[in-house]
Amino acid sequence: MTGFVSLMACHECDLLLRVDHSFEEGVVKCPRCAAVLLKHKRHSLDLTLAYTMAGLILFAISNVFPIIGFQFERQSTETILLSGVQELLDQNMRLLAGLVFITTILAPFTLLVTLLYVFLPLKFNRIAPYTAEVFRFTSALRPWSMMEVFMLGILVSVVKLVAIATIIPGVALWSFGILIFVLAATTSSLDPDLVWEKLELTHERSN
Amino acid sequence: MNDQTNAWITAAAVGLINCHNCGLLHKVAQAHACCHRCGTPLHLRKPDSLSRTWAYLLAAYVLYIPANVLPIMVTTSLGSTQSDTILSGVSYLLVTGSWLVALVIFIASVFVPVLKLVILTYLVISVQMRSTWHPRERTRLYRLAEVMGRWSMVDIYVVTLMVALVKIQGLADIDAGSGAVAFGAVVVLTMLAAMSFDPRLIWDNAEKNHE
Repeated sequence: MTGFVSLMACHECDLLLRVDHSFEEGVVKCPRCAAVLLKHKRHSLDLTLAYTMAGLILFAISNVFPIIGFQFERQSTETILLSGVQELLDQNMRLLAGLVFITTILAPFTLLVTLLYVFLPLKFNRIAPYTAEVFRFTSALRPWSMMEVFMLGILVSVVKLVAIATIIPGVALWSFGILIFVLAATTSSLDPDLVWEKLELTHERSN
Repeated sequence: MNDQTNAWITAAAVGLINCHNCGLLHKVAQAHACCHRCGTPLHLRKPDSLSRTWAYLLAAYVLYIPANVLPIMVTTSLGSTQSDTILSGVSYLLVTGSWLVALVIFIASVFVPVLKLVILTYLVISVQMRSTWHPRERTRLYRLAEVMGRWSMVDIYVVTLMVALVKIQGLADIDAGSGAVAFGAVVVLTMLAAMSFDPRLIWDNAEKNHE
């Protein structure tokens, strides 16, 4: 796949440049505005797949087990990811519940599933139907997945509550912490060019 | 490098369109068509970039008022109720001594949204005034606005978790306030504003002036 020079335009300043794709690891930045144009990483496909699968497992754990428990005298409550959304719904805060649900559950989950859908067939040198559409959706979804912000929210809540009651960290708190790093690793190992190059090859073959 | 500056050519200048999604170049004659590699509709620049960005920004400015005036969290304990706005929450945290958390919330809920609104408003106005001033730095400002906006959601998540956790029968109960809805809307609207803005417009003006 490597070893060719192509003409491309910077997506942030529209500068036209000739880019050599034949490097194994590193980034090519736009000389005018410093936007990242190409990012190659060794074993990009394997890493992306491994991180995506690990991410899905951690995501499942994070959703099933409690994040934190709260104990005040004899009473205690536990919260899982969904119970916050549920409580907001009970208080008739539908918009807020929707926003929290989308940014902490739906978007990260869909992101991982669509990545798996696109990259797993690539591993076996195939391409899944509607790969282009699905992958475009994945890119559009990325800003709405806010797990790392939610993690900060958990930490702030813990500090606020520790003053008034006993806080018990739950299993999901740990799996969550790891998930943040796995998601970041997924993003940094991912090379969209793998998808586009494969798509182009299949197009050429069918024409 | 300096000799090269004048030799810089944009795709638009030679009649090429860059696919937003996969980066494949197409001839402008194919405008209103779709990318033949990934099927994304082709546009020379993001459509109606400035008007869309303005619309989202104005809506965000309007909602920023209730977001700060209305309570984001209402605590009921032992019969008394206490309403907290974003700022009163921060000052409460300061008084009770958790200045680090107060700082985190202040940066995420006050500093970041205001800075993001200011940056985006400045960028849109600078493009409309055909400014040629420091395009590289303005592009960097755009990237900053794009990545930092999400961190404003922290307060929304804190409210969600507090609401879910603090349910002590007859002792304390926490409800989300309508200010939180307005604040969430501000975050979403500024994200949409950043997505609608096309940083290439900054460079288009810089070029026209060179000619």
